[in-house]
Amino acid sequence: MLELQTLSRHFGGVRAVDGLDLSVAEGQIFGLIGPNGSGKSTTVNVITGLFAPTSGKILFRGEDLAAVPTHRRLRAGIARTFQNIRLFGQLSVWQNLWVAQNSAEDQERQGFFARWLGGQGGVRAEIAQLLEFSGLAHKQDELAANLAFGEQRRLELARAMAAKPKLLLLDEPAAGMNSEEIAQLRERILSLRERGVTILLVEHVMELVMGVTDRIAVLNFGQKIAEGTPAEIQAHPAVRKAYLGGDAA
Amino acid sequence: MDFYFGLVQIIGVHTLLGLSAYIVLLTGQVSLAQAGFFAVGAYAAGMLTVLAGWHLVPALGASAVCGAGVACAVGFPALRVKGLMLVIATLAFGEGVRLFFFNFDYQIAKGEIKVGPLGGEGFRQIRFFPENGWTTGEVMVFIWSIVAAAMALLWWFDRSRYGSVLRAVGEDELAAQSVGINLTAVKVSAMTVGGAIAGVGGGLYAHYTTHIEHASFNILLATFAIAYPIVGGLRNVFGTVLAVIFVQGFLIEGLRFLGDWRNLLFGALIVLAMNLRPSGFLGARRRA
Repeated sequence: MLELQTLSRHFGGVRAVDGLDLSVAEGQIFGLIGPNGSGKSTTVNVITGLFAPTSGKILFRGEDLAAVPTHRRLRAGIARTFQNIRLFGQLSVWQNLWVAQNSAEDQERQGFFARWLGGQGGVRAEIAQLLEFSGLAHKQDELAANLAFGEQRRLELARAMAAKPKLLLLDEPAAGMNSEEIAQLRERILSLRERGVTILLVEHVMELVMGVTDRIAVLNFGQKIAEGTPAEIQAHPAVRKAYLGGDAA
Repeated sequence: MDFYFGLVQIIGVHTLLGLSAYIVLLTGQVSLAQAGFFAVGAYAAGMLTVLAGWHLVPALGASAVCGAGVACAVGFPALRVKGLMLVIATLAFGEGVRLFFFNFDYQIAKGEIKVGPLGGEGFRQIRFFPENGWTTGEVMVFIWSIVAAAMALLWWFDRSRYGSVLRAVGEDELAAQSVGINLTAVKVSAMTVGGAIAGVGGGLYAHYTTHIEHASFNILLATFAIAYPIVGGLRNVFGTVLAVIFVQGFLIEGLRFLGDWRNLLFGALIVLAMNLRPSGFLGARRRA
């Protein structure tokens, strides 16, 4: 589904991502972990087109994304959430989901006029479903800025889902959550997989990563130092060294 | 009475100018180009009624098309830059338009006199209203029906998905891009609609003053245009109308008795208004 081929992104002399090879299969929940500054978020930003790669290739369903601008990558089926939540705070919860309905299917389904200048009627059921999924139905008219932190995270996930993605990039979705919220998030991620969404999960919270992923790659200083199943990764000496320091291995 | 009618006309035309900046400001872009689109509309409508003998209504339609066309053409390169660079780019465009009309001569003989734009002398005798016997009151009603139509259009946009997309771009371009919004298309579309509204405003302005010249479309007018939606707030179109009434009705006309001291107080009151209501008269939206 997603393939990164010797992907690099340098910022001046800093090699944020350095020759990364990664292959995410359809239907997988793929974990991307690593210490702070190891290049995880940069990888997500390069996949979504916010940064151009310095070198290397990104293939999505066999298609090279090099010349595809960010907003078209979503249309192709790649959606994301942000590490530091980026909602449209002065729009309502409902409107946040409404503006995000930009999938290829949505663009074809409605005529130009109905899509841009029509009222809220045509898409009501679909958005209601997303609100239900994220437990925000009772807050649909609230401004996004007024939501509690956990609710904002849920809304951001729902907003990504509004684009009907085939591949969902989650950038530290559990940051700042308590263990109850993490358990809920885990259920949501698993239910997304059942709907056929492939997920690339960037996360620090091991409780979530180890419990939900099929396969994990570990980054350190922009390079992949290990890849395997959660059990393999937990036992991997290089991973323990990267996380715990010099002699732990 | 005619004084008040005249004032209401000015407020109407400036409301159109403010609304043209309002829709662009929704996408987070501070444009000083609106006075330029206004000038294009003014000259276009004036030339069509005076030189080509058109009725005012189709002439205003043409000035909307001219304003929109110029705005769209300017939007593509200008909206690639952000923040202060955009302010400077649009300012340069506005001055360019003004200097174009400073040098623009196109006169034809009409009976014994020559009519049409004459460079620095300006464009005199745009006499559609007096020639057709419109009273000041009728002109006022005409202007305000157009203002009402423009407000209704923007109100409708605001209720539609398009309006939410404009605001989404204004809030966070990076997030908007990531949810699949084409930033360039959205910003240029807002600029184009703004250009059309400014063009109509300019066309009306040319006809109620009967005389336009390059100096009217200066940086001060461009500043007014962007100040209205900022002072009024982006909650809805009525903020812009309130701001125009405040600035044109109160600060400019109401304080005329102060003579030259007016300008000093004018600046102070704008600063005061912005301090008391930092997100505009109607404020930011607390509930959607």
